[in-house]
Formats: sequence, C-alpha cells, structure tokens
Amino acid sequence: MTSTLTISRLTKRFQGVEALAEVSLDLGPGMRVALLGHNGAGKSTMMKIILGLIPFDAGEVRVCGAAPGSSQARMQVAYLPENAAFHPALTGEEQIRHYLSLRGESPRRAMELLERVGLAKAARRRIGTYSKGMRQRVGLAQTLIGRPRLLVLDEPTSGLDPVSRRDFYALLDGLAAEGAAILLSSHVLTEVEARTDRILILSQGRLVAEGTLAELRRRAALPVGLTVTPADGAAGALAAALPQARLAGDGMLHLACAQDEKLGLLARIAGLGAQVADLDVIPPSLEDIYSHFSRRDGQ
Amino acid sequence: MIRRILSTAALEFRIALRNRWVAIATCLMVVFALVLAAAGAAPTGDIGADRLSVVVASLTSLAVYLVPLLALLMSFDAVAGEVERGTLPLLLTYPVARAEVLAGKLVAHMAILALAVGAGYGAAALAAVWTDPASTAGLPALWRLMWSSTLLGATFLGAGYALSSIARRPSGAAGLAVGLWLGLVVLYDLGLLALIVADGGGGFTTEVLPVALLANPADAFRLFNLSAAQATAAAAGVGGAAATIPLWQSALSVLVWPLAALGLAIAAFRKVTP
Repeated sequence: MTSTLTISRLTKRFQGVEALAEVSLDLGPGMRVALLGHNGAGKSTMMKIILGLIPFDAGEVRVCGAAPGSSQARMQVAYLPENAAFHPALTGEEQIRHYLSLRGESPRRAMELLERVGLAKAARRRIGTYSKGMRQRVGLAQTLIGRPRLLVLDEPTSGLDPVSRRDFYALLDGLAAEGAAILLSSHVLTEVEARTDRILILSQGRLVAEGTLAELRRRAALPVGLTVTPADGAAGALAAALPQARLAGDGMLHLACAQDEKLGLLARIAGLGAQVADLDVIPPSLEDIYSHFSRRDGQ
Repeated sequence: MIRRILSTAALEFRIALRNRWVAIATCLMVVFALVLAAAGAAPTGDIGADRLSVVVASLTSLAVYLVPLLALLMSFDAVAGEVERGTLPLLLTYPVARAEVLAGKLVAHMAILALAVGAGYGAAALAAVWTDPASTAGLPALWRLMWSSTLLGATFLGAGYALSSIARRPSGAAGLAVGLWLGLVVLYDLGLLALIVADGGGGFTTEVLPVALLANPADAFRLFNLSAAQATAAAAGVGGAAATIPLWQSALSVLVWPLAALGLAIAAFRKVTP
C-alpha cells in the first residue's frame, strides 16, 4: 500500500534558527505514531508543515500523494490543534454543522458526531460555557468528519480526564482499524506506550529516535531496577549476599543491572529462599527512555 | 463553493446576532434616520421638492458617516479575532479557500448592513410619506440610496478585513479602522476644502478635485446620490461639485470600490500565516 504521509529531509528555519533539521518519516495507512519531544522540539512546527499552514525551507513532504495544504490534501486530512478553540457565541452543534458543510457533508450528522465524543447533552449550549475538556471533545468530533485518511492530533488528550482519555484512544483504534494514519504528539508518555505502533522522538528539531517501544527499549539498553524486600531480621544477611545492593531507609534493597544480566540476578535472588519476602522488577519507564534519547543530542 | 460561502455567512450572521450587532446597527440607523426625517421637514416649502427627496439628501449625508463606521466596526475583528481566539489554524486546514471565508463574512455583514439601512431609511420614508403624500416621487432616490449605501458598506467591510489581516491583533485592527474612517470620511474632505480655498478656482479645483472626489469611496457615494437625485439644491457641501462630474463616473466608482476592497482584503488575508 502507498504511504499516507511521506516526509524526507524536511528542514525548517525560523530567522536562521533550525526548527527542524533533515527530518524523514513515512506513515502508512492504519499506523498510529506518537511524536514526543520537549516544548520547542519542533512537534507543532512539523504538524503545521504537514497541514500546509506554514512553508518549509528544504526537503519534501507528500500528504496523500499531494502537496501539503493543497485542496486535495486538505480534503483527506483532519487536524486537532493543541487547545482547540472555537467562537464562544456558537453552540457545539452549530460549530460542527458548519465544519460538516465545509467538508461537503450533511450538517444533519452533527448530533451523531457529538454523541460519539460524549457531548450530546451539551450540544445546544454555547461553547463559551464549555470546560477545556469539552472544547477538546468538540475538536475531536470535527476530526471524525468525512473519513479522513490522515489525522494530525496536537496533544489531543490535554484537558481530558483519564476515563475520557481511554474513550479517546478507543476511538482512535477504531479509526486506525478503518485505515486512517494517525500522527499524534503527547507529553503524557506513559499513555502513548500501549496505544501507538511507533514512537518518534524529536529533540531540537532532529529526529533522535524512531521505532516501536520494544526497539527503543532495546536500543537505549537502560539498566533494569530490582527492589528486594527482606524477610524479618534477614536484612543484614541479604545485604551481605547481594553486595551491589543499596539498603534504603525503608528497609528495602535496591539493585540495578543491565538487561542481559537480569535473568541471572533473578535466579540468584530466588536462590536466597526464605530470606526474601518479596521482589519487584522495574523496567525502565518510557520517561527514562525518552530522556535518554532526547538528552543524548547535545543536552 | 457556494455552499461553503453560505455556511460561513450563516455562521457569521448568527454570531453577529448573538453579539447584538444586528440590533445595534438597526437601532442606530432607525434612530438617526427618524431624527433626520423630523429635522429635515423645515425647508420643504422653500425649494419646491417633495419631502422624501429632501429626506434622502439628508440621509445621504448621514450614511456617508454612519455606514462606513458600522462596516468597520463589524469587520475589524474578522481576521484578527480569529487569530487571537486561535480558531484560524483549524479553519485553514479545511478544504475552504481563504477567499471563500472572506466572501462568507462579507455576505453576512452586508446582509446586516442592508437590514439596518433598509429599516432606517424605510422608517424615514414612512414618516415622510405620512406627512406629504407627494413624497412617493422620491422613492426611486430612496431605493438608489439603499443599494448604494450597502455597496459603500461593502467597500469599508473589505477595507476592514484587509486592516484586520494586516494588524493580526484586534486592538491594532481597531486602531487602524478608526484611522481609516477619520482619514477617508472626515479629514479627506477637510483637506480638499482647504486646497480649494487655497487654490481660489484654479487648476486644482477644475482638474484634480473631480478625480480626488471619485477616488474616495465615501465622496463618490455622496456625489452619486446627490447628482442622481432631484434634490441636489437641498444639499450642502459638495453639491456644487456634483454638477460637474458625470453620473456614470460616480456610479462606476460606487460599483468598483467594493470589488477593489474585497480584492485587497483577499490579498492581505493570503499573507496571514496562522
């Protein structure tokens, strides 16, 4: 199948400062990709270029086979801006009806879309009275218009409570299953973990890492943490048996080891028998992996 | 294309209705028109014109000030407001051309102006016909004033959109709009008057003045209505100049200015990067 979004060696400068440098990316139908990075790493800039809102200096961008921002591309791309905003004097239903008309769809579908994002009850209230989370849902509802082939979502879950977040990702899974490619940025790293096929990390305008979470985890090769809870009175003996462990104030023993030493260490601890009351293995979190990659590049 | 423009227009009209712009514009026009209708009753006997024609002459002077002001007040926020609210980036990712967005806003704002002008002039006309049945002779002049007022409004709406795009911030756009209104509607005429006095009937008055009057949409509007109306004699100010400029020239200016202003607005809006 052809790619929905192809970016090759994209470069964008703002007054001489490189906001994006030689970024390449390929996004096929049904793929969910998370774009991670600090504030100012270039996430929003990249999204705005894909949408055709701002020009770029070098490289090539193809959106559904067309130039970004061309009417052919705009027909097939949906966008959810960070902090979605609408005119406060309009109701949610009026706003969605308008967006439907702009995409050549029947405005009568507005209520159905608002129901899908759980906003049916507030549909006839003015957006000025909505909470941030509700505005975000209006923004989400408009991305569902007209079966888009590419969804560009800038921090889509900011302002949503955990339950709404889960609903939101369920909605995305449905869209991806129908063949839509999804590019989303997020600061909430732990939630992206389970919900995306691929992770991209941008740092100072450069793509510093790309791959599935497992690949990134392997490549980062960060140490695994182990926490051992000694049985009553066995702390001293346990500490002697595990010289590399650090005895913390809470009476627990903390260890760290490389990925390939993990199984051997576990076997050793298990061999200590009744001296061990409990054992927890703590794999490097996405936050650790993320800071590993984003720091590596000159920070 | 038509559908997208109409949907935008319907949305903008609704916003204007909720922001009470429709009510404010209509009330303002009705009140001023009725005051003029009452005040303009005095000189009727002297000049032999029907009462409505006299009212139309007064309404022309009113419209020159009020219609551009209303148009600029409605339009200065059109682009800058979207930028400030943060609604523009999303809108521009939709398959809608920037010209269509502006056209939609223009249709809505022109409709509001037409409504306000129609209600105001209509009220004044009713009052005139009530007291002087012969006033029906002035109806064609009233009709001409209505549509040319709406076109004058369209010119200043377009100018307002252009300023709104250039300023990017509502406060800056408001300042520019007030400046434009003062410049074109008030200071321009004062400047011309000063030059006429200084010139003393020389080359400026005969050669440059007609062009200068046609180049300003507000003056062209006044010229067009005064030279077309029977009641030229009842008018003050540039009435004398009206006689020397052919009607087709002022009509052309009244018709071309809205298109030029819209073109300017579209060009300025295209330069806005969200």
